[in-house]
Amino acid sequence: MSVREPLTIQVLLFARYAEEAGTDSLIMEVPSGSTVGGVLDLVRTRLSRPDVLPPRPLVALNRSQADLLTAVRDGDELAILPPVAGG
Amino acid sequence: MSAAPRRVVETPLDAGELRALVTDSGHGAVVLFEGVVRDRHQGHSVTSLEYTAYLPMAEATLADIIHEAQQRWRVRVEVRHRIGRLAVGETSVLVAAAGAHREESFMACRHVIDEVKARVPIWKRERYADGREVWVDPTAPTLPGESG
Repeated sequence: MSVREPLTIQVLLFARYAEEAGTDSLIMEVPSGSTVGGVLDLVRTRLSRPDVLPPRPLVALNRSQADLLTAVRDGDELAILPPVAGG
Repeated sequence: MSAAPRRVVETPLDAGELRALVTDSGHGAVVLFEGVVRDRHQGHSVTSLEYTAYLPMAEATLADIIHEAQQRWRVRVEVRHRIGRLAVGETSVLVAAAGAHREESFMACRHVIDEVKARVPIWKRERYADGREVWVDPTAPTLPGESG
């Protein structure tokens, strides 16, 4: 396995983010060594309105909360979460 | 597959059923919290709500919250949260906490509903009488007397 292989990441959008982006799921190819923050930057380039996402949205990597510096791995599921509003 | 209950559901919630899941003969106090769709929010006339969830993470987070409460207090706790479209007056969330005494049951129930609202990836969109639909953002400023 080459460390230079790009990583395939599934990105999930929810609620207002999904509605304003016009999609709830993106498959992204990102460079090896990317962080959550790097993936978010690439996601913004795919959206017709990059301002849909705030500078530091709440994110979950493989269903656990993560921060922007967390490294992503091939096959990861990155969810971008609006402020939660259950109850 | 896991035998864990589905706690995020599309069907109407039943407080009696949830109560029966947590109580036993050693319990002297059962506290039930029921969250209900109300007809006003921040000055708007609300006709219905639509809840949506990141289901696998919502289920995992609810399991964590219940586990944490049961570690902290001598109680049994269960939670159900409804998703989909709900009319005014329908129940959106149920928490049942049962323990030997009322103090721990009250504390656990209060803690669990607060954690549910703060941590579980569920979102709601309000539909107003004028036809507009708006995603609720609890981090946005609220009017005096309007919260939760």
